[in-house]
Amino acid sequence: MEWLTPLVAPFIVLNAIIGIVTYVTLLERKFAARMQSRVGPYRVGPHGLLQPIADAIKLMMKEDVVPTAVDRPVYNLAPIVFLVPCMLIFATIPFAPGLGVADLNIGILFFLAVSAMEIVGLFMAGWGSNNKYALLSAMRAVNQVISYDLPFIFSALVPVLLAGSLRLSDIAAAQAGLWFVFYPVVGQLAFIAFIVSTVAAENRAPFDILEAESELVAGFRVEYSGMKFAIIQLAEYAHVVGASFLGALLFLGAWAGPGPEWLGPGWFLLKAMFVFLLVTWVRWSFVRIRVDQILALSWKVLLPATLVLLIAAAIVVVWRGTPGV
Amino acid sequence: MGGYLSVVIYLVMIVAFAIVSLAVARVLRPRRPFAAKLQTYECGAEPFGQAWVQFPVGFYLVALLFIVFDALAVFLFPWVLALRGLGMWAVVAMVVFLAILGLGWFYAFRERLLEWQ
Repeated sequence: MEWLTPLVAPFIVLNAIIGIVTYVTLLERKFAARMQSRVGPYRVGPHGLLQPIADAIKLMMKEDVVPTAVDRPVYNLAPIVFLVPCMLIFATIPFAPGLGVADLNIGILFFLAVSAMEIVGLFMAGWGSNNKYALLSAMRAVNQVISYDLPFIFSALVPVLLAGSLRLSDIAAAQAGLWFVFYPVVGQLAFIAFIVSTVAAENRAPFDILEAESELVAGFRVEYSGMKFAIIQLAEYAHVVGASFLGALLFLGAWAGPGPEWLGPGWFLLKAMFVFLLVTWVRWSFVRIRVDQILALSWKVLLPATLVLLIAAAIVVVWRGTPGV
Repeated sequence: MGGYLSVVIYLVMIVAFAIVSLAVARVLRPRRPFAAKLQTYECGAEPFGQAWVQFPVGFYLVALLFIVFDALAVFLFPWVLALRGLGMWAVVAMVVFLAILGLGWFYAFRERLLEWQ
């Protein structure tokens, strides 16, 4: 049984993430419904609690329509290539001290690098579909994701700078005294920049020009159905949840909270869901903005602003000269 | 290297999950294709031509700008880590570096390369 030990942590994390991501769809639908004075899913199980499971079964039983015009290898491979980076970002996140797949010493670099890889699978889906809507959507997606990746990286570097380590558990431990979101001025500005670039990098409204129901129907996934569609949806939500976990870890003190130590993962999940609901709140509150406005916000405002913020944080850290907070 | 082994195991598990769920769905789902169903979706109209066409040059401009600043991000990671040991001179050096890069950014701004076209 000795050889089983390295398999345990990845297996538990993978299943936990799939479970959380499945139920996050219900959370978002309930939240969106409440914002629009609706009830949301209610029929399947008490208060619609079994809705995600029903959805999963339904998508599994659906016919898989593959149009004749698609580029088959690319089209079929795209959901898997899209899913891998979106789930792999959880690899370096510690859910409590010592609880996670791997607490690498380059944790956040790994997260940022892998998270940017999602665009490969997304573009494969758009290109392989041989559909004008899908290709337009995929090009817009690449355009937008690479534009917002930079402010995302730079704002995530501010907590790294304050903690002085790339290891995610060190960053969490550095916030034992003071969560970085409460760090005077620098922390709040970095958090705002992080949330804005998360919303944009996750392609959520008001930055959802690649989905744009009214013009591109569903964007890059328009030709997908059945289980392939389900995997693409799962990957998208997993990416949002991963970014929420990162936000909770970088700014909200990760597993810190009142109560005994074993409550840590619970607090972490709660904070991640808070970040997720912030993103969702933005999504359901604003109307879609144009592509030139999206790019202007990134290149003219967020990029210089986050760089100046990073320099400001560096001056504060060097001036105070203390390790950690 | 123990940490990276776990990451690789995790990666293999993700791929296995995707393949298994696709295979299970393949067994469960019905399969009733006909010509009209397998057409490329274009809002019900007959699709004309391929989707693989030329696209605007604006996308390339954004990609070029991205590469410049992404390379900057590579420099920032070690700088952020070494900052405490190096002190204020490291900040000054980075400010000078960013100022040179900022000139390029300003040029792009003046030439309206940051506008979507």
